Amino acid sequence: MEFDTIAAISTPMGEGAIAIVRLSGPQAISIANQIFRSPGEKSLHEQLSHTIHYGHLIEPNTGDVVEEVMLSLMKGPKTFTREDVVEINCHGGIVTVNRVLQLVLINGARLAEPGEFTKRAFLNGRIDLSQAEAVMDLIRAKTDKAMNVALGQMEGKLSRLIASLRQALLETLAQVEVNIDYPEYDDVEEMTLPMIIEKSTWVKQEIEGLLKTSSQGKILREGLSTVIVGRPNVGKSSLLNSLVQENKAIVTDVAGTTRDIIEEYVNVRGVPLKLVDTAGIRETEDIVERIGVERSRQVLKQADLILLVLNQADELTLEDERLFEAIDGMDYIVVLNKTDLEKKIDSQRVEELAGNRKIVTTSLVKEEGVNQLEEAIASLFFEGSLDSGDITYVSNARHIALLHQAKRTIEDAIDAAHAAVPIDMIQIDVTRTWEILGEITGDTVEESLLDQLFSQFCLGK
Amino acid sequence: MQKFEAGSFDVIVIGAGHAGAEAALAAAGMGAKTLVLTINLDMIAFMPCNPSIGGPAKGIVVREIDALGGAMGKVIDKTHIQMRMLNTGKGPAVRALRAQADKVLYQAEMKRLMEEQDNLSIHQAMVEELVIEDNEIKGVITQVGAIYRAKTVIVTTGTFLRGEIIIGDLKYSSGPNNQQPSLKLADNLRELGFDLVRFKTGTPPRVNSKTIDYSKTEIQPGDEVPRAFSYETTEFITDQMPCWLTYTNERTHSIIDENLHLSPMYSGMIKGTGPRYCPSIEDKVVRFNDKPRHQIFLEPEGRNTREVYVQGLSTSLPEHVQRKLLESIPGLEKAEMMRAGYAIEYDAMVPTQLWPTLETKKIHNLYTAGQINGTSGYEEAAGQGLMAGMNAAARALNKEEIILSRSDAYIGVLIDDLVTKGTNEPYRLLTSRAEYRLLLRHDNADLRLTEIGFKAGLISAERFELFEVKKKLIEDEIVRLRKTIIKPNEETQNVVHSKGGTALKDGIKGQDLLKRPEMSYEDIEKLSPSPFELTDEMKEQIEIQVKYEGYIEKSLQQVEKLKKMEDKKIPDLIDYDAISGIATEAKQKMKQVRPLSIAQASRISGVNPADISILLVYIEQGRIAKISG
Repeated sequence: MEFDTIAAISTPMGEGAIAIVRLSGPQAISIANQIFRSPGEKSLHEQLSHTIHYGHLIEPNTGDVVEEVMLSLMKGPKTFTREDVVEINCHGGIVTVNRVLQLVLINGARLAEPGEFTKRAFLNGRIDLSQAEAVMDLIRAKTDKAMNVALGQMEGKLSRLIASLRQALLETLAQVEVNIDYPEYDDVEEMTLPMIIEKSTWVKQEIEGLLKTSSQGKILREGLSTVIVGRPNVGKSSLLNSLVQENKAIVTDVAGTTRDIIEEYVNVRGVPLKLVDTAGIRETEDIVERIGVERSRQVLKQADLILLVLNQADELTLEDERLFEAIDGMDYIVVLNKTDLEKKIDSQRVEELAGNRKIVTTSLVKEEGVNQLEEAIASLFFEGSLDSGDITYVSNARHIALLHQAKRTIEDAIDAAHAAVPIDMIQIDVTRTWEILGEITGDTVEESLLDQLFSQFCLGK
Repeated sequence: MQKFEAGSFDVIVIGAGHAGAEAALAAAGMGAKTLVLTINLDMIAFMPCNPSIGGPAKGIVVREIDALGGAMGKVIDKTHIQMRMLNTGKGPAVRALRAQADKVLYQAEMKRLMEEQDNLSIHQAMVEELVIEDNEIKGVITQVGAIYRAKTVIVTTGTFLRGEIIIGDLKYSSGPNNQQPSLKLADNLRELGFDLVRFKTGTPPRVNSKTIDYSKTEIQPGDEVPRAFSYETTEFITDQMPCWLTYTNERTHSIIDENLHLSPMYSGMIKGTGPRYCPSIEDKVVRFNDKPRHQIFLEPEGRNTREVYVQGLSTSLPEHVQRKLLESIPGLEKAEMMRAGYAIEYDAMVPTQLWPTLETKKIHNLYTAGQINGTSGYEEAAGQGLMAGMNAAARALNKEEIILSRSDAYIGVLIDDLVTKGTNEPYRLLTSRAEYRLLLRHDNADLRLTEIGFKAGLISAERFELFEVKKKLIEDEIVRLRKTIIKPNEETQNVVHSKGGTALKDGIKGQDLLKRPEMSYEDIEKLSPSPFELTDEMKEQIEIQVKYEGYIEKSLQQVEKLKKMEDKKIPDLIDYDAISGIATEAKQKMKQVRPLSIAQASRISGVNPADISILLVYIEQGRIAKISG
């Protein structure tokens, strides 16, 4: 895979005002062109080299606008890698830049490995001999890391699920192959289009499920949906403000579809949070009653994380207890606020209600306890494994892109089957799906299809 | 033994089986002075196993051989007793032709072709020794002491090298079908330092057709449409013979269970590795003991013989058990066994010792082809024979070598698999071994390969001219369909409706209408007749190329990527030990295979992408060092 198109975030991870996602390779321009719309609808293929273009990135399937960008177009060989290069300048911040990266990966680029841009520059004769050793070192180091990551993932639930999807695809493929290579063997059931649709649809649904529920995947895509709840005057707004101020909003004021829901994106210890403040559930109204309102229930239901704020300077009220009931079974952290005031709350009762959930004490007025809260949030979703932050993030971005690709190819297979395309054509997309899923787990043993074939069926003359 | 000089040649072919015959015809056809030496002249192109040629993947190989100017397709077209197109209910990529052969006629026809061929001498002799000087082949010595000199030599000895036949507890030194085995040549190859492995294959019993009760079996007739492998065949055999289908049953299986201890497979007498795709009946029963029955095809061995091949009953059980097995099968209760089934063990070359031209890496100008390279199957042998013959002749005549890639032909897949990955069982082509199956079709073998055959000198100018006309007409008609708008008038709607399609709203390009799954070229033709005179073959091409354009395009893009990697050559003198960072296993494998390109290196099992990256950087470094130094 030395000649495909690679992409990576080229600016340091962090909170710069802008960030750059760089693409290099033969498909760089056509991938960018698929997802880029300039005001004049111009095609990037027709633009001069070394020019900058203003426009929007869009989701090609839906046409949804993802981000406002400046795009630098540089055609090879006068580029760093001597290949066609496109640099997408977008707003800084982890969520935005991840979305842009995801978009290019889903549309055909491969996530670059460490040092790969430099390697390409070297291979294409762009940098001199003295750098060759450094490049080789990089590749070597990468292999070791990749091994560790791969090993780590082998244990995981993800890889077990992927392995089961691959096995299902492999069995399907083996049956297709047997029908082709041993057309006269009557004890092998003919793989029919409805069967292939059934199997493929199952795989597609599983992939969709993975994409949806994979919490980390979701975090990277749209942030962890976090709702702050509590009675009036317990400090919800202060909590929101201190999380936002301390962490500098990445995208502010992305207004929801309804006027009274405000979302704030913040990055808490590497976990992008989408803070949802339900404006309707504000101080003046009876909160419990409001929770009875369907829409607010919906907001709660869709939340990945709930921050339940209690005033520890007050007695625990019936409303507090009913809030506990309303969020029962969900991921939440209890925030005992106002430690600057005299404590009146029944801690034991709170612990009882919270069960094994974390309880953090804060004084938002004095700006105390916010750090502990942030740690609690991070550890809740990464279970303390976030210290290798970048690697985890990298492989996840890769996985998500591959899952999207796999979903697309299996959808192609299903569409083709519905259109009654011959089975050996459909097989091309099924095989591709199987290969893409294999890239996630690192399994690409070519002989496995034949092994499956001969162990599953009794063949031969 | 008194040695004597017996002549001098450009190319010597040892063996005249399916590989040897093609090798000799190709070399001579290219203008090289060629000699074939075979142990028994009556066994030229003999079929020791099933009397059939073609089938999935293999049938496409026969078409490829024909497109390159080889003989197998033409010979079987003249000598078959039945032909069938398989997989017609599936897509175009996997259709394949299979013929039942008249074994005797096939041999006779191939022998005749060879005898008629200019530049080709045929002689009955057993080669015992290769003459080598400075790691280069100079000729061969036969058992009577004759020394034949040659610029190049091709070894196509099939299963003859230290062949041993096994039936029950009987084991004796023999080539296939009780031919003389080749013992000294095997020793000679070993002495020269070649790695040989022991493989095993087997064949079922043959019975007399007048003792078969066909009423208990199902008939399997050939196709009624005339079919042919060769693009040049114009006369078709209409008088076909059927095959017959019957089944084993629980009784058959219990006979096998009871006598398993007598099977050399399980007693440990057979040590060679057998093919998984062609298991013996005892293997099938043991490994899949939940299956209540297995298919048995009864295939006539020819028109002038009563011998019938019992396909599916390959076995090395003792003869008395084989008789009982036959008795248990409906239709064969009273069948008279004419020959018993047997297993055969033989020496084969480890094929990673070969370059993609099939020349050995160790001995310059020495080539090997066919079953000696670890394959099984007549078609696989013939395909290799053809390529080895072309390359040996090219070497002798100072012409360019000819290597088919994985996207050119199944023959390319076969040879690349052998020389790059090796094989640990007798290798058979399966369609799933090809990544670009959709490009390697039965119907387009001529479009893929005729030009290569013509350049090599194996395709006549007349044939090439016809081919070019065909190619042009296909292209022109596809362009026409791209431009032609078919109006949504009543006639059009009627045709669309009769095919079960949804009515057209607007005019539609001919090509887009053809792309609808329910439409065929025939329908389009009705609505928009072509100004060109097209044959059915051309129409088929047009339909496939238009209908599956999207899929074909996808495959072509992959091929394009692969080509770039094929173009990155690895210098032959590369010192893998000097490259730090490549994993030890990858290093060893690459030292053994000596891949010619980055693409080939990446296909070696045990070589991972990081190794390839480092290799690329290393090669580039060397290149720069050379320029600046």
